[in-house]
Amino acid sequence: MWKYLLKRFLLMFPTLFGVAVVTFFLIRVIPGDVVELRLAGDRGSVSDDLLRQERARFGLDQPIWKQFVVWTTGVARLDFGTSMWTGSPIWDEIKLRFALSLQVALMATVIAVLLALPLGVLAALKQDTWVDYAVRIFSIAGLAMPSFWLGIVFILAFLIIFRWLPPMVYTPFWVNPWQNMLQLIWPALAVGYRYSAVATRMTRSAMLEVLREDYVRTARAKGLVQRLILVRHALKNAMLPVVTVVALEFAFLIGGLVVTEQVFNLNGIGLLLVQAVSHRDYTLIQALVMLVAGIFIVVNFMMDAMYAWLDPRIRYR
Amino acid sequence: MAITSPIDQSATLETEPSSGARWWAAIQDFARRRTLGAVGAVVVLLMIVVGVFAGPLAPYDPLAVDFGAMLAAPNTAHWLGTDAFGRDVLSRLIHGSRTALLVGFGSAVVGATLGAVIGVGSAYFGGRLDLLLQRFMDVFLSFPLIVLALALVAVLGNSIPNVIMAITVPMIPRAALVIRSSALAIREMPYVDAARAAGFGHARIILRHMLPNVMAPYLIMLTAFLSQAILLESSLSFLGLGVQEPTAAWGLMLRGAAVDFAEAAPWMALFPGLSISLAVFAFNLFGDSLRDALDPKLRTL
Repeated sequence: MWKYLLKRFLLMFPTLFGVAVVTFFLIRVIPGDVVELRLAGDRGSVSDDLLRQERARFGLDQPIWKQFVVWTTGVARLDFGTSMWTGSPIWDEIKLRFALSLQVALMATVIAVLLALPLGVLAALKQDTWVDYAVRIFSIAGLAMPSFWLGIVFILAFLIIFRWLPPMVYTPFWVNPWQNMLQLIWPALAVGYRYSAVATRMTRSAMLEVLREDYVRTARAKGLVQRLILVRHALKNAMLPVVTVVALEFAFLIGGLVVTEQVFNLNGIGLLLVQAVSHRDYTLIQALVMLVAGIFIVVNFMMDAMYAWLDPRIRYR
Repeated sequence: MAITSPIDQSATLETEPSSGARWWAAIQDFARRRTLGAVGAVVVLLMIVVGVFAGPLAPYDPLAVDFGAMLAAPNTAHWLGTDAFGRDVLSRLIHGSRTALLVGFGSAVVGATLGAVIGVGSAYFGGRLDLLLQRFMDVFLSFPLIVLALALVAVLGNSIPNVIMAITVPMIPRAALVIRSSALAIREMPYVDAARAAGFGHARIILRHMLPNVMAPYLIMLTAFLSQAILLESSLSFLGLGVQEPTAAWGLMLRGAAVDFAEAAPWMALFPGLSISLAVFAFNLFGDSLRDALDPKLRTL
């Protein structure tokens, strides 16, 4: 078990390093650079001296391998440097926006789980009845509707029916929790519905599989109450794949909310990344990509560790 | 399970020698047993027909600007209304299906195929190559899609082939993962050993013995990718990173104008979204049923 976990843990680092390499070189292939963009805008002329000076300030005049070494050694010490566009430390740039994306992702996850568990179990219990069909159509519809479109429809509905627009200025949770929730509940719902569809389908199929197992039949044969069979025997064993899907989707959401953020005018991680790329703000892009990919990789590791802990067959492989 | 064999046992009983008849029987059987899937398939076929005959079907030129009829509500001349430039929404939807299908099929086929080749190769050769490829796939799995798309579009420009490429790249590792695990089981089959003993080259064994036997997961991934690609394309276009104006694309129709003119012209936001949803819904229905028919074990995908 420990050997497997250690191996799996150590494997995270080459992957993270791979992400670092790909990001670093990929963004340097994009034409244009931050110094020129910031000083000259779209046209305008700046003296070559000033450009050279500014590039030197960010170390952009160094050979590329040297820049890479400097950056990665910084990252290894969790120092991501300063934004090349605004000049403030990366962490200050990211902090608030990350909190926002994290909150939406968490709220969407809660909504998705609250929808998916009862619906998935119900559909599995009533397999091939109208209940099952209704749940399946509800979830396939959730998969089919782009969440950003659902967001647009929400906004449209508020505007036309209630003549109300969700507030456009973000209120942090600690300033006014009620206002904050009211503002974020709609994007969370739009994202959570789609997300619940994935989890509902997983719950249904996992439950169907487990309900056919011998130990469930035994539990039934010895006259256990249906509710106990469901909770203690079936649901507990069906949870593993469901938790995996929920966790991976959550990890994906942190950086994957771009379109929803755009619709609801939220300044989250996703939009920040889009801005950073259009500014060619290398340090900010690198930090954001490492953050998003890092979360994904760590969640993946935690899922594998959980599997190994719960399923002895895996750790002895 | 090879795709060339009939899908269900019952069909085997009625097979005739010609492969055309066998396919027909399999299709009939599919339609009878999986009605929802067949409905999805019919919608997909309809969409293909609309996409191919977009020119004659569309009542207006999708790019024709008519400042006399800006933001017109749905009426007899413009069934689904017009946009901020007076362009006919229905015609743009019809032409947009072309973009969606092109990007959908293009990236799904390329993504699933490259994934299959990598997955099978990785499983077949095993050892260090397998380990290396796995790490490589891990990197691309954890890489945020939007950065990849942004970078590709920024470097290459956003023509349709580049959008297809941006969508394909993240699909490859997903397909490779699934197909590798199927191929691992196939590698242990006696017929692969036999082929090796008979002195066949690696290429021949991979192409003739392994690839045909991962057809089921391949087709399943392919259909799943189709709907995902259509969704992704609309998201990218919505962000302005995908197909460019004035090309007709559903995601693009939702961009900017749809939110800005939400109150004045809600049809601009409603119909493109409905088209995306209907298309993805149909592809999902068809894909789900195909998966159940080909390999019920993969239900959890």
